[in-house]
Amino acid sequence: MSIKIQDISFNYGHEDVIRKINLNFMPGQLVSLVGPNGAGKTTLLKLISGLLEPTSGQIHIYNQLSENLTRKERALLISLVPQNPKLPEEMGVSDFIMLGRNPHLKLLQWESLEDFKIAQESISLTEIDHLIQRKLGEVSGGERQRIMLALAMTQRSPIMLLDEPTSNLDISHQMKVMKVIKKIHNQKSNNRVTILAIHDLNIAAQFSDRVILFSEGIVAVDGTPQEVLTKNNIEAIYGSKVSIIPHPEHGSPLIIS
Amino acid sequence: MKPINDIDDKNLISTYTYPWKKILVGISITTACALSAVAIGSVYIPTMAIFSILSSKVFFFQESNQLASSSHTIIWNVRFPRVVLSLLVGASLGISGATYQGLFKNPLADPYLIGVASGASLGATLVFLTGLPFTYGYFSLLPVASFCGGLAAVYIAYLISHSSGDTQLSTLLLAGLAIGAFATAITGILMLRSDPDLRPLLSWLLGGFIRAQWNHSILMIPYLVVGTIFVLGYSRILNTMQLEEYYSESLGVDTEKAKRVLIISATLMTSAAVSFSGLIGFVGLIAPHVIRLLWGTDYRTILPLSGIAGAAFLVLADLAARTIVSPVELPVGIITALVGSPFFVYLLLKSKKAIENVY
Repeated sequence: MSIKIQDISFNYGHEDVIRKINLNFMPGQLVSLVGPNGAGKTTLLKLISGLLEPTSGQIHIYNQLSENLTRKERALLISLVPQNPKLPEEMGVSDFIMLGRNPHLKLLQWESLEDFKIAQESISLTEIDHLIQRKLGEVSGGERQRIMLALAMTQRSPIMLLDEPTSNLDISHQMKVMKVIKKIHNQKSNNRVTILAIHDLNIAAQFSDRVILFSEGIVAVDGTPQEVLTKNNIEAIYGSKVSIIPHPEHGSPLIIS
Repeated sequence: MKPINDIDDKNLISTYTYPWKKILVGISITTACALSAVAIGSVYIPTMAIFSILSSKVFFFQESNQLASSSHTIIWNVRFPRVVLSLLVGASLGISGATYQGLFKNPLADPYLIGVASGASLGATLVFLTGLPFTYGYFSLLPVASFCGGLAAVYIAYLISHSSGDTQLSTLLLAGLAIGAFATAITGILMLRSDPDLRPLLSWLLGGFIRAQWNHSILMIPYLVVGTIFVLGYSRILNTMQLEEYYSESLGVDTEKAKRVLIISATLMTSAAVSFSGLIGFVGLIAPHVIRLLWGTDYRTILPLSGIAGAAFLVLADLAARTIVSPVELPVGIITALVGSPFFVYLLLKSKKAIENVY
């Protein structure tokens, strides 16, 4: 088991954002966390990545208690693609991607040829070869997202967490980014865990093996896209009328409001 | 996937070899500046004499007998100590300026502008006024007191400007201004309240290398060396810290520890510089910026080369200070401010434009 979440709760001040959640993540899964605003998806990602500490409960990552991991140990296990971070505009794209090797290097160590090969592999897979000479301030939103994916991939950690990877992108870039995420997920071995917090239910339905629907800090439904994204579930939790038809190409549920 | 050798542009790799070539070129240029500074002055001394003295001191060659003993004194006891001290102070200010800029994620951070230097000078003033003998052999109380003052100042500037999570340009500069003004005011009060002869303090506060002795350089070296070792050791981490704090933590950086190490090392260097040369502004601003303009944002290149550029800049500034209106000597801080202020305004406008583009 890659991640084991036991009875965790978290509150900002008085309000409970996560309430006694239990979840397990198995190797090989691409999981989408969905739910209305404020349901706790992003908070759960932050808890898994160690940016927040649970008020109560425990998280085990590969059988190690999360709170006992050092920053470096954690970075070797988990990579994070945050939502719209402020990036240093003057930094070169290739320099940025090489930062992904940081957890693998000792204090005075310089990147070896091996590290460059790993970065080059990420660059090719995310299809950003043409951008490596640019600065971070000189790329578009979709390119920026793929550059951050390349950084996370260069980190070579078995777990990848992504916070709203498709927000603010047009539909063609959304698809491109999701295909890259899927490619990274399936790359080489079948034991990666990829967890996305995502608003778009159709993207979640089309690309995930498993969807977890959150509502007010608890897990409402957990299962395959077909099991979770039903008319009843969505109407009950989002409180708005929807119709669901099978996607004409791949049969995943397609939600129409 | 394309094999690594097929990358059209090899820059991805060449960026990451240690910048030995640049460092060697930089050191050569700086050495040339330093030797010119030794050669130029109100008394003419032939170039050969300089080399003769240098080789006799460094390589123990026989010194030419034709040399007047006054030339020897001027070169070895007046000009050389002055040039060497300005090299060391320039290097310290260049490296610490680059470090502060990396820490504050802000190209306008300068030891002088963020109030560190004023804090350090307040610390040093306290030592001056207590009348304690501030050197004990090769140990000097002055840098230690400056260090405490400087550290307090940078800590306060950091707390104020970092309260919103990300260092704000305007908050940082205003905090620096306020801390600087406060420290200067306290220094003023202390001076007025104490009666003894203030001339050494006043001339020290004006800044400069008039009173430079070999002794000062020897006292300065350990601070520069220790600070540089730590800062260079953390230079790759400083690259990662250009990202938002949580992002660099997700890349395995212990940001709190790194910040402590870097702030202490940079403040150590600034304080040592302040205690031997008084307040000299803008060196820590100009040197890193020139390097960044030439060679990009990798702190593994920026930090060592800013030290070298700072050394060269300050040697030339000091040369200008003592020759422009000779025989009167200007405080070197005036020269660095003359060059630095327009540069600062240019940077300010540039970063203002960058901010406007974001929003």
